[in-house]
Amino acid sequence: MLTNWPCPLPAGGSSDEYAVAFESGAKHRILLLPALFDEANKTRHQTIEIMRRFEGAGVDSVLPDLVGMNESLQPLAEQTLEGWQAAARAAAVHFQSTHMLSIRAGALLAPPSLPGWRYAPSGGKQAIRSMIRARTIASREAGTEEKSDNLTKLGETEGIELAGYQLGPAMFGQLAAAATPDAGNLTDIAQSDLGAGGGLWLRAEPDYDAAQADALAAIIIMSLPK
Amino acid sequence: MTPENTVQDSDQPTKVIDSMAPSRAEIDASVRAILADVLGLDPNDVAEFDGDTGLFGHLPELDSMAVAGLLTEMEDRMDIVIEDDDVDGEMLETYGGLLAFAEAKSISV
Repeated sequence: MLTNWPCPLPAGGSSDEYAVAFESGAKHRILLLPALFDEANKTRHQTIEIMRRFEGAGVDSVLPDLVGMNESLQPLAEQTLEGWQAAARAAAVHFQSTHMLSIRAGALLAPPSLPGWRYAPSGGKQAIRSMIRARTIASREAGTEEKSDNLTKLGETEGIELAGYQLGPAMFGQLAAAATPDAGNLTDIAQSDLGAGGGLWLRAEPDYDAAQADALAAIIIMSLPK
Repeated sequence: MTPENTVQDSDQPTKVIDSMAPSRAEIDASVRAILADVLGLDPNDVAEFDGDTGLFGHLPELDSMAVAGLLTEMEDRMDIVIEDDDVDGEMLETYGGLLAFAEAKSISV
């Protein structure tokens, strides 16, 4: 279930990265593009739950680490949004994906060649805004005032640590400018399409929800050609 | 209200388009719904919150990242903008404080 794949590096060459893969040579093979940063942590369990639903329905899926993400040994501070987009395209080729499913800001990484779905897509803007706000709240609690404007400048010039993630200036600037991309040919799945309960990325603690995973996987499996 | 602000529909009674400011009940419902999502609580439990129910500092789940997510979600769902200086201990201390803040923000936009 755990495998390796050669993820391209921004400066050329590649880095061996982990991927969670449910592979059986099925006709349909879905590339998962996970939520980013803090939201990745909150939704990882749910993402795997969704992949298990796909497996149960005879659909292959893969969740690759991109350089600097999750278990990667590459420094996150050196990664860029463009680099991740190139990595996602490379993953689609390497794993011979036929479809994609992005989660939240993973929508920013969608390879243009793949059809598929976007679960509750968001941009980089909102992710940066939340993480900067968390830092101002935490610093105020600690008795040291920090202003969002100053943190934004710091991020743009030198890079910044937000929610435990060290972002370089290029990544920070690209994310801060990134609104939710247009859906294009992709189909959006809203949180409200999954019945009761809010999005797991909003939860204060990482969690999962079997009913939501069932509902999301059902929407996708039903719309795949037989 | 001028007549231009009314909508005529053959099947519907004449409806006046009021200002878009949400009612207090709508604001209360929005804030409770967001809290239920953030805390992973059943909406019925959040419905029991009153003005004195403690939030930040009382609920261990609400760390700074969770509070930040809560405020950003309020911005998105309630179409308000929350500035650094808006965020203080009082608004986060109790449900009543958060609701009063949301009401003041919703009216001022």
